[in-house]
Amino acid sequence: MGGQVSGQTLAAQVRKTHFGNGDQSFLLDVVIEVPPGITILFGASGAGKSTLLDCIAGLTQPDSGRIAIGSDVMFDSERKLNAPPRQRHIAYVFQTLALFPHMTVESNVAFGLPATAERAKAARVAEILEMFHVERLRKRKPREISGGEKQRVALARSLVTQPRVLLLDEPLTGLDAELKGSIIDDLRTWNAAHQIPILYVTHSREEVDALGERMIALEHGKIVSEGTPREVLEAPRRRRLAQAAGFENLLSGTVLDLREPDGVMRVRLADAECEIEVPLGHAAPGDRVRIAIRAGDILLATESPKGLSARNVLEGKVMSLERRGALVVVRVDCGVIFTVHVTPGAVRALELSTEKKVWLVLKTHSCHFVED
Amino acid sequence: MNVEALLLSARLALSVSAILFVVGVPLAYWLAYSRWRWKFLLEAVVALPLVLPPTVLGFYMLLAMGPRGALGKLWSAAFGHGLAFTFAGLVIASVLYSLPFAVQPLIASFETIDRKLLDASAVLGAGRLRTFFRVVLPLSIPGVITAVVLSFAHTLGEFGVVLMVGGNLPGVTRTVSIDIYDRAQSLDYAGASHTALLLLLISFAILSAVYGINRSAGRRAVLPWAAK
Repeated sequence: MGGQVSGQTLAAQVRKTHFGNGDQSFLLDVVIEVPPGITILFGASGAGKSTLLDCIAGLTQPDSGRIAIGSDVMFDSERKLNAPPRQRHIAYVFQTLALFPHMTVESNVAFGLPATAERAKAARVAEILEMFHVERLRKRKPREISGGEKQRVALARSLVTQPRVLLLDEPLTGLDAELKGSIIDDLRTWNAAHQIPILYVTHSREEVDALGERMIALEHGKIVSEGTPREVLEAPRRRRLAQAAGFENLLSGTVLDLREPDGVMRVRLADAECEIEVPLGHAAPGDRVRIAIRAGDILLATESPKGLSARNVLEGKVMSLERRGALVVVRVDCGVIFTVHVTPGAVRALELSTEKKVWLVLKTHSCHFVED
Repeated sequence: MNVEALLLSARLALSVSAILFVVGVPLAYWLAYSRWRWKFLLEAVVALPLVLPPTVLGFYMLLAMGPRGALGKLWSAAFGHGLAFTFAGLVIASVLYSLPFAVQPLIASFETIDRKLLDASAVLGAGRLRTFFRVVLPLSIPGVITAVVLSFAHTLGEFGVVLMVGGNLPGVTRTVSIDIYDRAQSLDYAGASHTALLLLLISFAILSAVYGINRSAGRRAVLPWAAK
């Protein structure tokens, strides 16, 4: 095992037949580069994200390709090179965390340091436990600590070995936003000092917003989009991604006319008597299109709004209100069902209740044209 | 009661469980995790003593250990005397006879371990041996105890194989079960019943211990006849 080499880019070229659920097998075929810092690997479940991580870690062998960190090649199908996981020096936190149930937190974290002298080992374990705020749990077994604490311990166990790359497979699933945020902060602090490539698999918008540096969107084994989270999420090109990317409203419609001087087109929504104005896209009158709108981008009014710059005002009726953490999900029937996110304060101020008549306000540029 | 026979049986059972622990653990580990396509053949061989009449197994062992058998020749070359009708011969035959009772609880136990723990161990830099001793074995302790105790109990109670391979030499191959058979044949029912009762109590105590251990470990009993 080599010493720690920080700041080297992970480059992976992986082709592997991926067997999903049932008989929908498909080819995982990607070329990615992960520079130091956090890169988000984003996609619906079954897109091949975990298989890609398994290939990088050496737990699964690609059919062909090449995997290297800097100039150190760990897999190369042409040279018949395939380093076992233990020689790759790549840390991997599984979705299930896989803490050893029979060991204390301390022993779990020390597991990756067998060759280190006892005193140095104890010092490194204590240091990383402190960094992730779990030093007081040293003597506990995994079953005696909470979910968030387990996640911190799993991160500490992976990072204490000073890996060259960190792979995270939805490690924060099931935690509330605040806890997620604080764990992500600790991870950032650690990586500010170590500067290694971190590949972070998630399908949660919340985590994307909190982590966002670079992002790769994977769909059915292929990279469909790559860039900053804004670039990837703001320009959904395909229906599946728009859904995965947290566009709660995905509406079908027909293009009525194009108003090129204004840079807009009018779209009649299917199954509804309403028309909305959306940014001009590559479409012709009569084309069927899809429009994606985020629930958080829709304004809600209890009186017919006047004197607005927004071009799209739709009348509807509240169908349901559902509290989800710090926001309330409101479903509104305007002929088609819209999902709108508002704050609990707004629900009180507007005295929202089911059956109440409301108006939805959509800014033209909050309506994203999605090619079908 | 024949104390000599009882002590001999205990010595045999202890030797067999010790050998089966050493042989059975790696064999079971391989059977649990190998992806070799012909693995099922070896699984069948290991399970054979469960269904074979002990006399059949004993008969083949006797042939193998005899002066013209491969095992017998090898043994004579190494130690200068034959293997049939000796304590060593009895140990070898008993190890084969009790093999499934050691290996199957171990396989069942190894197979219940979450594979992700093995993956985690590998990415943390551990090789196979370290993963085995630090992760697999500590998580399989109920299975290991079951395997050792069952090998002991099963060897203690064997009859047919001993009769075929060992004969009936006092202090060398006359085990408890042979002693009981002998006494019953010579109409010494009082003597037979004392030893038989003792064997019954010991076996009951051992099985209670196995079920108790598996129960407190919070899992199904990993017993050979419960294996899939």
